[in-house]
Amino acid sequence: AALKDGLRSQVSAALKEGRVTPTELCQQCLALIKSTKFLNAYITVAEESALKQAEESEERYKRGQPLGILDGIPIAVKDNFNTAGIETTCASHMLKGYISPYNATVVQKLLDQGAVLLGKTNLDEFAMGSGSTDGVFGPVRNPWSYSKQYKEKSVPKSHSEDKESNWVITGGSSGGSAAAVSSFTCFAALGSDTGGSTRNPAAHCGVVGLKPTYGLISRHGLIPLVNSMDVPGILTRCVDDAAVLLGSLAGHDPKDSTTIQDDFKPFELPNLTDVSKLSIGIPKEYRAPGLSCEILALWSKAADLFKNAGAKVVEVSLPHTPYSIVCYHVLCTAEVASNMARFDGLEYGHRSDKKESTESMYAATRREGFNDVVRGRILSGNYFLLKQNYEKYFVKAQKVRRLIANDFVKVFRSGVDILLTPTTLSDAAPYTEFIQEDNRTRSAQDDILTQAANMAGLPAINVPTALSERGLPVGLQFIGRSFQEKQLLTVAKWFEKQVQFPMIQLEEVKKHDHGVSQHQKAASFS
Amino acid sequence: QKVSVEVLDHLEHLALVDFRDSEGVERLQKAIQFADQLHEVNTDGVEPMDSVLEDRWCLYLREDDVTEGNCTKELLENAREKVEEYFVAPPG
Repeated sequence: AALKDGLRSQVSAALKEGRVTPTELCQQCLALIKSTKFLNAYITVAEESALKQAEESEERYKRGQPLGILDGIPIAVKDNFNTAGIETTCASHMLKGYISPYNATVVQKLLDQGAVLLGKTNLDEFAMGSGSTDGVFGPVRNPWSYSKQYKEKSVPKSHSEDKESNWVITGGSSGGSAAAVSSFTCFAALGSDTGGSTRNPAAHCGVVGLKPTYGLISRHGLIPLVNSMDVPGILTRCVDDAAVLLGSLAGHDPKDSTTIQDDFKPFELPNLTDVSKLSIGIPKEYRAPGLSCEILALWSKAADLFKNAGAKVVEVSLPHTPYSIVCYHVLCTAEVASNMARFDGLEYGHRSDKKESTESMYAATRREGFNDVVRGRILSGNYFLLKQNYEKYFVKAQKVRRLIANDFVKVFRSGVDILLTPTTLSDAAPYTEFIQEDNRTRSAQDDILTQAANMAGLPAINVPTALSERGLPVGLQFIGRSFQEKQLLTVAKWFEKQVQFPMIQLEEVKKHDHGVSQHQKAASFS
Repeated sequence: QKVSVEVLDHLEHLALVDFRDSEGVERLQKAIQFADQLHEVNTDGVEPMDSVLEDRWCLYLREDDVTEGNCTKELLENAREKVEEYFVAPPG
């Protein structure tokens, strides 16, 4: 059960006391990655370097000098973070074969604390998408597709159909990271969140997904999508672990001038027992079209939970919510058009064989390297940035962004501490159903509940709440005030304790359960 | 209003990405239509927002001192075509 352990209470203690060694832990995770290969959660598994890191960690434990809680803990990183010496592809042809010459700041921080980097996880190409289905390495499968809970609820079709066609998506774009954490192949994973890309798959995969406040965690080395909204995301199996990861990653980075310079003090989460001083806001506009009755009911039940425990629960209004998707669409494509301009084949990445001129080489490289989704966004973005359109679309969107951000300011100023909303419109869709709509339509639908937090730069977290009728995870989202992660996580932890979300029952993990895996299964590492 | 052929050509030139086929053009049309909803919002007297950190953010600037470099070899490693310490582009 080591693999199911949480960091703080169980695995870290187990490592310290020598009940399990870093190399054993690493080997178990690597073995599980192999046996869950059908999930397609990993693009690159860095077996050799991981084992080396585990060995070095083991030496430190033997000397009684571990670097901290994260020493020896296996983690995974989304493949849009640069990792020195390891291929970083962003699930795109454009970067196939690109070996990063440096570590992203967040990766370096994890390694400096002894974490063991198992590999790079799968995503939608360049993090554009909400299903983790549009990368060149294929879609990621939600581990819950293979859970006892889902299988029990599935109507058995013809024998040949069942395992292959029934599987559900992870959500995205950090689907690989969410699947990796959910299936116990690592204890924590890094994702990224620009419009909900960490929280959405966290909800579908039944794990905790934290989007920190913009400016708290360095983006240096995170291949950018939208510079004014991107943040590194944290995926873990429990809220306490998310706090530990946050503590090790947050803080000013001179290499990222958009990180705030205030000192960040890592914190331990108190065990909240009295919520009577809390004011929870329920934004009425989040009762979005398409929200499933199930989730609506769950949301209501959660509000009652707080009410019955003595908290003040009030309905609030964020009137510009219906426009946030449109606003995001314009700002996102505009920044993407700019950020993707660097991919021209000259200095790194794919390069076309076309030699007639520099321009034709650039154009061919980009045609060959990017998928339709990326190319579509680049073209749209360039359209909105044309001189004749700049004021009408880009500047207009920036004004609407201010209105959206102000909605939140007003609500928080009125005395509300935390907002409670659904994270997704429904539970995870079957892959065959999901791909019937195109990426842009899907993203527009799925991002609706998550992306306003990116617009306003606020911290937000998905907490797995319950299983749906189909036996799949459903999560709820808490949105907090800027830089008030401690309060946000404290409330999230209280809620997590109340709902007691069930552990996934995966047959694959059971197979590996020859006693050693008890560490792997713990809910928290911390 | 449909996007004119001139604008389409101009976009391909600027983006160095082609529409490939009519589907690509359709996609752009839909994207513009979607974005037009922005005009329903009254933004009179509202300033555009560049960054959510505008209130507390004094852009961090460091001293103009060289702190790292000399990584020519690493930087050239990922380039497909190079000559000595140059990235090579096709002429024209």
